[in-house]
Amino acid sequence: MSIVTNSDIEPARNSPGASVGTETLLEVRDLKKYFPVKSGGVIRRTVAHVQAVDGVSFELKRGASLGLVGESGCGKTTTGRLITRLYDPTAGEINFEGNDIGPLTRRQMMPIRSEIQMIFQDPYSSLNPRHTVGTIVGTPLRVHNMVPEKKVLPRVQELLEVVGLNPEHYNRYPSEFSGGQRQRIGIARALALQPKLLVADEPVSALDVSIQAQVVNLLTDVQAEFGIAFLFIAHDLAVVRHFCPEVAVMYLGKIVEIGDRETIYERPHHPYTQALLSAAPDVRQAAIGGRRERIRLEGDVPSPINPPSGCRFRTRCWMAQEICAKQEPPLLQIGKRHKVACHFAAEINQAPSRPITTELLGVDDQGNSAGGAEPQHLHNEPGFADQWFDVKSKQVVSG
Amino acid sequence: MSTDIHERPDNMAAPANPDDPFLVVENLSVRFPTHDGLVQAVTDLSYTVERGKTLGIVGESGSGKSVSSMAVLGLHDAKSTRLSGSIRVDGEEIIGRSEEKMRKIRGNSVAMIFQDALTALHPFYTIGDQISEGYRIHHRVSKSEAKKRSIEMLERVGIPQPNRRVDDYPHQFSGGMRQRAMIAMALVNDPQLLIADEPTTALDVTVQAQILDLLQDLQREFNSAVIIITHDLGVVAELADTTMVMYAGRAVEYGATREILTHPEMPYSWGLMGSIPDVSADADARLVPIPGNPPSLLNPPSGCAFHPRCPHVDKVPGNLCRTTLPDLVPGERGVNHVKRCHLPNPGEIYAEEVLPEIAPDLVDPETGELIPELAEVDPDAV
Repeated sequence: MSIVTNSDIEPARNSPGASVGTETLLEVRDLKKYFPVKSGGVIRRTVAHVQAVDGVSFELKRGASLGLVGESGCGKTTTGRLITRLYDPTAGEINFEGNDIGPLTRRQMMPIRSEIQMIFQDPYSSLNPRHTVGTIVGTPLRVHNMVPEKKVLPRVQELLEVVGLNPEHYNRYPSEFSGGQRQRIGIARALALQPKLLVADEPVSALDVSIQAQVVNLLTDVQAEFGIAFLFIAHDLAVVRHFCPEVAVMYLGKIVEIGDRETIYERPHHPYTQALLSAAPDVRQAAIGGRRERIRLEGDVPSPINPPSGCRFRTRCWMAQEICAKQEPPLLQIGKRHKVACHFAAEINQAPSRPITTELLGVDDQGNSAGGAEPQHLHNEPGFADQWFDVKSKQVVSG
Repeated sequence: MSTDIHERPDNMAAPANPDDPFLVVENLSVRFPTHDGLVQAVTDLSYTVERGKTLGIVGESGSGKSVSSMAVLGLHDAKSTRLSGSIRVDGEEIIGRSEEKMRKIRGNSVAMIFQDALTALHPFYTIGDQISEGYRIHHRVSKSEAKKRSIEMLERVGIPQPNRRVDDYPHQFSGGMRQRAMIAMALVNDPQLLIADEPTTALDVTVQAQILDLLQDLQREFNSAVIIITHDLGVVAELADTTMVMYAGRAVEYGATREILTHPEMPYSWGLMGSIPDVSADADARLVPIPGNPPSLLNPPSGCAFHPRCPHVDKVPGNLCRTTLPDLVPGERGVNHVKRCHLPNPGEIYAEEVLPEIAPDLVDPETGELIPELAEVDPDAV
């Protein structure tokens, strides 16, 4: 057992109805995770790396929620697992309340683990079938000495009530519960330590539609009541839009667009975001009949072992030009709370004929380095700056 | 309709009239005896699918949507299943057919696309072998001809370099490509009825869009009948001509897709629509979940199976919802829209209580009335 004393753990006792703070809770800076690919045979040499997460930066305010969307294999789950330190980062910083938790050892992580909790995707495999609900939800309390042994059961029952389960069911086994109820158990377990940050990795995608709404509403209530910051990872754009005021879109290990909800869903500037939004089937189409006109993306996501040069989306992008293969587009702030990584960033069907990034990168239209032109200094911090590059006027403006 | 005075006996093989629906399911019930009792997976289900048309079946897991379609292919083990009712494929009765006769239909005129391509494909055989197997069973062709056909099918479903990929194993394909390979396998014998059981559930949205496009193109080309089983109302809205909503093994609402999705009359359908966040709806509106959990099919609730979860039970006089199973009958909107519900005025309740809650942006904030161009499109105008 660890020798962490109770005084080390400052439970995040937030007043009910705590709103989004201005203080940064989590700052992720240029985070990378490369998984080695080993050769066969006796001596298993590392022959390549899966670049699962490759330079991700964002920040999360206290009590806020950020949605992380993207297709399978884009690195969103890996990002979540790095932040909870279930994986060790290859490079980059994870600043939680100002301290980089990336290089911490197991023992040093111990007090922080109680502040960063996770809700897993599959409520069937994330609960131990041989433990009762009381044990599952009570274990974090015992491990972190949150409450004296005598108080564990009352606290467990309190938590079960918070998530809408019958508190008398603490001695039942997970198999006696339905999928939605199991997910509630997982949520109760995550709440047990009163964390400041919850990483929810596809918390509803394994559930039936009618149950999904129950769990999404529960998470909304939990956030409003306890003021927990959420990193909400999902592939379902509609669920993320419902839950998160701020959304980041990932593609092949990188954030391609990040911004507030209105901007991302109504004025997306990255072609991938536009394609994702256009691909989602819409119930309202029933009133019109037939299929909606949509952007058809060809092919599959390329392998993260050997990602395309320059812009990683260029192999499936209908606007890709020479510059896209040669220069990687920087994640450029183009609005008050909006960043995008594209040479031709614009609203849909308004793509500029010339790349917008040439002056910034000091290259010509084809992406070759132009003599004399100096790359401009770009704001590349995890958060948003007061000045940004306006796409239409190609000027740096402040607001 | 013909004016033939001789009524045709129900179970006699009818001549395959091209105007008749290709698939007719009548009063189908599927029951599984288990140690705990009889599981009433599907009860008294009837529907038809015409050539070139698509039927969408929606419902939660355990609502019987997959079980009923598997019955069409005769995929239930005869020893542990009790089937009753009638399933006619192109006029021929399926129920009670011998396994040998079933095989002539299965994979030939009726084919199925399964949900999870990785488990539905055999990991030990190449994609080409698995596609040509079905072709060789139903056609007397040589191996090389069958392989040629496999390559042709892979090309048809959009696999790049099909003559090279035909010798690959399933694990060498990506998720979307596996699903395409399975579609190729289902289409190898040009089936006239294609049953797609959650064909895109395991896929990402961009790949899902590709697969749905593909299914639609293929349907247009071969004029086949398609049943698409899904829990995604968006998929149904865009693909299906008719929609059936299932709950606890029964059809609870059935009609033209536009009708069902714009004027649903059954509280369960309202619940399904309220549970789904929409990419274009008001983001701050709270989701309206269906309370409770799906019922056990071992011991379904009395009366209307939805009554324990239904918020409108009190609006029905007497204790009707708890005691009497409502019939599947036409509601206020004509004979082509049937629903299984006792509510006397579902249209009114939907417009006044349900819609403002689940889609506030469809309701005029000042007058409280429906914004007509969003809520309804004149069927004649399209």
